[in-house]
Amino acid sequence: MTAAAPIAHLGRRYHFVASHRLHCDAYDDARNREVYGKCNNPHGHGHNYVVEVMVSGPVDATTGMVCDLALLDGFASENMLAIFDHMNLNTLPNFANRVPTTENLCIEIYRIFKEGFQAAKVERVRAEETGKNSFEYADE
Amino acid sequence: MMLLTRKAEFSAAHYYWVDNWSEEENVRAFGKCANRNGHGHNYTLEVTVAGEVDPVSGFVVDLKALKEIMEREVVGVWDHRHLNLEIPEFKTALPTTENIAIAAWKRLEGKIPGAKLQRVRVYEMPDLFADYMGEA
Repeated sequence: MTAAAPIAHLGRRYHFVASHRLHCDAYDDARNREVYGKCNNPHGHGHNYVVEVMVSGPVDATTGMVCDLALLDGFASENMLAIFDHMNLNTLPNFANRVPTTENLCIEIYRIFKEGFQAAKVERVRAEETGKNSFEYADE
Repeated sequence: MMLLTRKAEFSAAHYYWVDNWSEEENVRAFGKCANRNGHGHNYTLEVTVAGEVDPVSGFVVDLKALKEIMEREVVGVWDHRHLNLEIPEFKTALPTTENIAIAAWKRLEGKIPGAKLQRVRVYEMPDLFADYMGEA
């Protein structure tokens, strides 16, 4: 009997640029300014986002890989970058009922990978809004 | 002569669009950047000043003053703003990285006591930046 393949984690970082405005319809204008500060500016502002996707799985004895990186990149390109890159996040259906904070962006990207990516287990998603702010999400 | 550089960051939205071009011409020239809902960046502003090192203080320039001038003249005005829609310079010029560097230079020129403004560098992303050194 052969030993079970060791499980490894694989992280990959992706970049996209987008704008957003933090504004909650349930709050009045004064409350929005109080909660979101300069992020409530009606015209929006933007960021260079970095998204780090962590997947895991047994290391294939032949290829030495957790999963084919081209599959992960292809999925990210088609299902994440094509949706968010060079977009105003507030205009996207993904945020029709949610404020596009980077917490919610992180949750949405996690959902996209978790529901669609089959080649490895999706462990967690990290979204960096600036060099100073980052968020991580995993639902288990 | 000594050169001293100070960095600051700001986040802003922009898009590229020339009003008297057709949509097709705009998309051909600017690609994804022509999306008029805008997109955005974390910009880095680098301001380089030149001067002699003061023999007593050991400084070229008052660093705290330089930081405050950059904040007052540029970062505080542009941070969390939409460059096309809210910043007067970009009513008449596209907010490209090149034009942002020029606009920052114009805002800072003559405002830094005791040192000469040598160069303004603006990074739109870590691998894309523009330098402006004033009129030749």
